[in-house]
This record gives sequence, C-alpha cells and structure tokens, in this order.
Amino acid sequence: MAVDQVAPAARPPFFYDPRVRAIFFQVLVLALVILGGAYLVNNTLANLARQGIASGFGFLDTTAGFGISMSLVEYSEESTYGRVFLVGFLNTILVSVVGVFFATVLGFLIGVARLSRNWVVSKMANAYIETLRNIPLLLQLFFWYFAVLRTLPSPRNSVELFGSFFLNNRGLTSPSPIPEAGFSTVVISFAVAIVAAFFVARWARKRQEATGQQFPRFWAGLGIIIGLPLLAAIVTGFPLSWSVPELRGFNFVNGMVLIPEFVALVVALSTYTAAFIAEIVRAGITSVSHGQTEAAFALGLRRSPTLRLVIIPQALRVIIPPLTSQYLNLTKNSSLAAAIAYPDIVLVFAGTVLMQTGQAVEIISITMATYLALSLLISGFMNWYNQKMALVER
Amino acid sequence: MKVLTSVFLAGAAIAVSTGASAGTMEDVAGKGFIQCGVSQGLPGFSNPDESGNWTGIDVDLCRAVAAAVLGDASKVKFSPLSAKERFTALQSGEIDILSRNTTWTLVRDTALGLNFAGVNYYDGQGFMVRSDLGIKSALELDGASACVNIGTTTELNLSDYFRTNNMKLNPVVFEKADEVVAAYDAGRCDVYTTDQSGLAAQRQKLKDPGAHMLLPEIISKEPLGPVVRHGDDKWLDVVKWTLYAMIEAEELGVTSANVDKMKGSDNPGIRRLLGVEGDGGKNLGVSGDWAYNIVKQVGNYGESFDRYVGPKTPLALERGLNALWSDGGLQYAMPVR
Repeated sequence: MAVDQVAPAARPPFFYDPRVRAIFFQVLVLALVILGGAYLVNNTLANLARQGIASGFGFLDTTAGFGISMSLVEYSEESTYGRVFLVGFLNTILVSVVGVFFATVLGFLIGVARLSRNWVVSKMANAYIETLRNIPLLLQLFFWYFAVLRTLPSPRNSVELFGSFFLNNRGLTSPSPIPEAGFSTVVISFAVAIVAAFFVARWARKRQEATGQQFPRFWAGLGIIIGLPLLAAIVTGFPLSWSVPELRGFNFVNGMVLIPEFVALVVALSTYTAAFIAEIVRAGITSVSHGQTEAAFALGLRRSPTLRLVIIPQALRVIIPPLTSQYLNLTKNSSLAAAIAYPDIVLVFAGTVLMQTGQAVEIISITMATYLALSLLISGFMNWYNQKMALVER
Repeated sequence: MKVLTSVFLAGAAIAVSTGASAGTMEDVAGKGFIQCGVSQGLPGFSNPDESGNWTGIDVDLCRAVAAAVLGDASKVKFSPLSAKERFTALQSGEIDILSRNTTWTLVRDTALGLNFAGVNYYDGQGFMVRSDLGIKSALELDGASACVNIGTTTELNLSDYFRTNNMKLNPVVFEKADEVVAAYDAGRCDVYTTDQSGLAAQRQKLKDPGAHMLLPEIISKEPLGPVVRHGDDKWLDVVKWTLYAMIEAEELGVTSANVDKMKGSDNPGIRRLLGVEGDGGKNLGVSGDWAYNIVKQVGNYGESFDRYVGPKTPLALERGLNALWSDGGLQYAMPVR
C-alpha cells in the first residue's frame, strides 16, 4: 500500500487525497443523475395523476378489438394489447432480418462491381450508390409503395403464375402448405441434415489441414440438406397438402398473401442500405494491400480462392464494424413502416394501441426499450463475429 | 421515426412540465393568441385556402373562442396535427384547444385526461367504394380490404361492424389521411371508410371523384367536437358557451350581417346574448360583448355551416342531424341566461 511509504507527519488533509476526491466526485455525479431521474419519474406520475390520465401497465391484458393485416402468430380482434405488441415486434424483426439479408447480398455485389475493371459495370455501380444514398429513405419508400401498387392489376384481373400464384394490388397470393400426419418426420430429418452437414464440413476442414486434400464440402452439405428431407418425404408419402387460393367475391380466399407493404418496405430498406454497404465493402477490399493478391498468385492460387481465402478475410476486419451500424440503421429505419401501413411495432403498438389507451408514457417507453434491446442484440452479435474474424496474431 | 420522436417529445414535455398550465384562460390572455389544433387538411372542417388561411367549421370555432376571449377572431395560431398526435399535443399543453373533427368517446373523456366541450358536427361512419364493383350494401363487403386512418374511432367501428356481421376484414392502416386516400385511389383497398363528412371532403382529392359511390349504411355515431384539457373548468366553460352562443345566435336569427341592428332588439333573449342585458360575460370571465364579437366576426352556427360544408359547397352536405332542434335536428344550445 502506498500509505505505508508516506511519513505520518507529512500526511496532508484527507480532502487533498486524489483518491478520496475521485470517489467523492463520482458519488456526487451518480447521486445527481439518480436524483434527476427520480425527479422526472416523480414529476411525470404527479402530472399524469393531476391531469387524470390513466397510467400503469394493466392495459396490456385488455382486449384490443381491432384487426391487423399481417401476423406471424395467431391473432384476432379478441386478442389483448400484449398480443398486439408481440405481433408488431415479430413483424419488425421479420422485415429487419429479411432487409438485412438482401441489403448484405446486394451491397457486397455492388461493392465488388464498383471495383470491377469493366468501366460500364463500375460506373453503373457508382451511379446506383450515388443515387440511392442521396435520396431520403421516406421518399424512396413512397416511390416503391405507390410505384408497385399502381402497376399491379386489381384482384379480378390478377396476373396468374403457374396456375396457383396470383399477383395483384393486394399482394402475391400463393398456396399455403398444410402439414399432415408424418410431416414432423420431414422436419426432424431436415434438422438432422443441418447438423450432419455441419459435421461433414468440420471433418473436411480437419482433413484438409492434416493432409492437404480438398473435399467438395459445399456441394456435399447441400446434397445432405436437400436429399435427406426429400428421402423422408418420399418414405412418408409426401405428408403435405396445399391450400390453393381461389377468387371469391372481392379477394382471394385460402392460401397465403405476401402484402405489398412488406415488399415495398423490404425493397426500399435493402436497396437504400445496400448503397452504404457497397461503399463499406469497397473500402474494406481496397484496404487490403495489393501485395497480398500478388503473393497469393505467386503461391499459385487462382482468382476465386485468392478473393475468398486471402482478400475477403482481411477485408472483413475493416468491413464488420461499420457494417454493424448499417444493420442497426436498417432495423431502426424499419419504423418508417408506419407511413405505408406495414403493421410493425410503431404502427400497431405505438400507433393504434397508444391512441386507444392514451398511455403515451408507458407505450413509448416499451417501444423504445424494444428498439434498444433489439439494437444491443444485433450489436452484441456483430461484436462477437468481429472478434471471431479479427486477425489472430501469432 | 419522426412521428415517434414527436410523440416522445410530447411525452417528455409531460415529464418536465411543472403544472403551470392549469389556467389556460390566463395563459391565453398573457400570450395574446389561442393555439388551436386542427387537421392536416380536411376540406370543410379545417383546410388552408389558396392564400394559406385556415378555413372550415372547426377553424371557425377556434376563431369564435378568440373573438370571445380576446375580442379578435384573427388572434389564433393553428397547429396541423395527425390523428395520432392530436391528444398528446393537447395533454402536453402544446395547444389550448383541439378542434379537429374528433369523436367524443368515454375513453377519451376519461382515461386520456380530456374534456369535450360539445358537438359542432353530428356525424356517422360511412363507406366509399368504386362504382364498378357493383355492390349496393356494406353487407356485401365480406373479404374486402379497407383503407383506414390510424388512431381513429373509425378503425374500431370497422372491426366491430365486420365482426358483428361475421365478415372477414383486411384492414390497411395508414398514419396520415392523405396516404389513406392515395392508397385507396391506387387500388390498394376495395373500400375507404371514415366519417361521412370526411368521405365527402376527401372525395374531392380522388383522381376521378365520379367513379366512386357512398354505400347507404352508416355504422356508427360520430359526435365531433372541440376538446380541452381535463381539470380546467373555466376554459372548458368558455369553449362550451362559445359553441352554444353560435347555435343560440342562429336560433334567434342573429347573423353577422344584422348583429348591430339586433343590439337594439326588444327580444330579451337577444339582448342577453349580445350583452345588452345581464352579466353573462362577467360570469364567464370575458367581456360583456363576447357573443356580439363571435357573431360579428365569425357568424352564427348556420352561417359557418353553409359557408364551408353546406349544400352550396363542394362537400354539399345537408343539415340533417345538424339542423337546429326546432327544425328537427340535434343542435340545441343550453339557455344563455
């Protein structure tokens, strides 16, 4: 301890001790923050009570009484506001996940195209990026929504594809699968196939590390994942029937519908975010020194494995952190859904439910907490992936 | 995100406001104008004209309150609000009065901490469809997609109606009235539903208004009226009696044209209304000629109705339920005495 070295006579008063001061000021700041928070909460409750505005979370068990156009879980007008939250939350997650997937694929393609030695391809990619990222997302959303809607025909004049898919301005109606007895076997075999493919890939990697022999693990894995459930389906006699849509009255009954709001939102979010991801990918690839490519060529690697095994892994170190913030942006931007009637959490929960109960403070808090949790989850996952991808220094 | 932010800010305003808003009357007198929450553009009710002035029967009500309290109908500032934002704006004190075709319901009157000051338009929810669909009744709408505005009683009535009649409904819910109309016009929905007056107003915005028709069913009661904050009785009284004064003036035959002459009338009812006799104004906490100012500067209820929504306007709405009680309608002013 440092105290031992200080002579007792020279000991300064305790309030000159930097450690005591540090602790004192930290406690002070913390106390101020807590007091400030408590004041806000207390004042809010007092004001709500004074104005006679209802508060509390009891409303979550109340019957909602309104319909929602798209739901991943069972939902009807008799469901509760809590259920509405779940429906909206899942719809937000769905559009974010699908959006992130397409934005990533499109972004990587355009980013690589931007670096192409083909002048036309590179300029086209450049034009895409500069156009898309310089127009406000909300305008793009309206463009896609109304552009899609106006070009599609009414249900009675639907475009028919393969006799059972119908495209019209109510969305894409397709046959929906109805599982019958024995279908669980197919599902189980699918799960088994994924696990098996994983182990095959691991075995192939180990063997390559040990012996240098390569194994077509991608095609083998794909074969297992498709083949095994197919075999199970043949053995059990295809235990799946289809509910085929048919036009009755105004609209199609049976089957399932991909609503145009969802399509417009996914297209707008992914094309917009892809423009940013493309630039990130380009930056990542350019950050890898050209000497790496030359070295790989010198070792006898061809173009494709050079890109896949040498350039991309090094570029990913630069790509992943900004990519994470694009994923977060996309997720948060999905709240623009409210503008085009896609039933996400903002529209159905922070919209309709808020209007009906009037409990703005609770509902906005829940909604904000939800977005925060979702963002932290994505960010946590990407940080984990980033650590895994970081160069292992030896 | 923008709307979320604005709602959040309003929530934050509740969190930090100190509770000085109890006396709207004093606030208004202090700042010299009334902040009035209106729609984002509903012809006939609250809509900016070519030169940017707000017009409509909801707007007239705010102007009338300004005439009564401040003696000048022009001392009003307007805040255009979406259906979703309107109550938060009022709760947080951003506006003094909400006059935005708002339906009077139990939940709004209680749990939302608001008070309704009366009804300036009795309405009901109707349906609009394309004429070429060839349907004659709302009961034929099974399986239809319906375009509606979020945060309205419309949304709930619609669900109730379809449930009661055992029909399947695909609601397509938008945040702004303009987007509802645009989506319906683009063919996203079979049916567009809102208050009948709203259908008449929004119909003007369609590409081909003649290609659409209203269905005969009216599925709900929609009493629309001005709203103030709960717990501010003095202000509630002023808004309430402003509306009554407009109705009473029509009943007594006092118009903006003849109000000066009417001041010399022998009818004690007219004399009391115009402040020649009695101290109604003093009791309300406003000047004695409050009702004179309303009628002189804004007009009586009938004048306002005819100017913006009546048969001679593009909306072409009949008085119907909104006729005076003496003509078989529901508009009935409490005695001004």
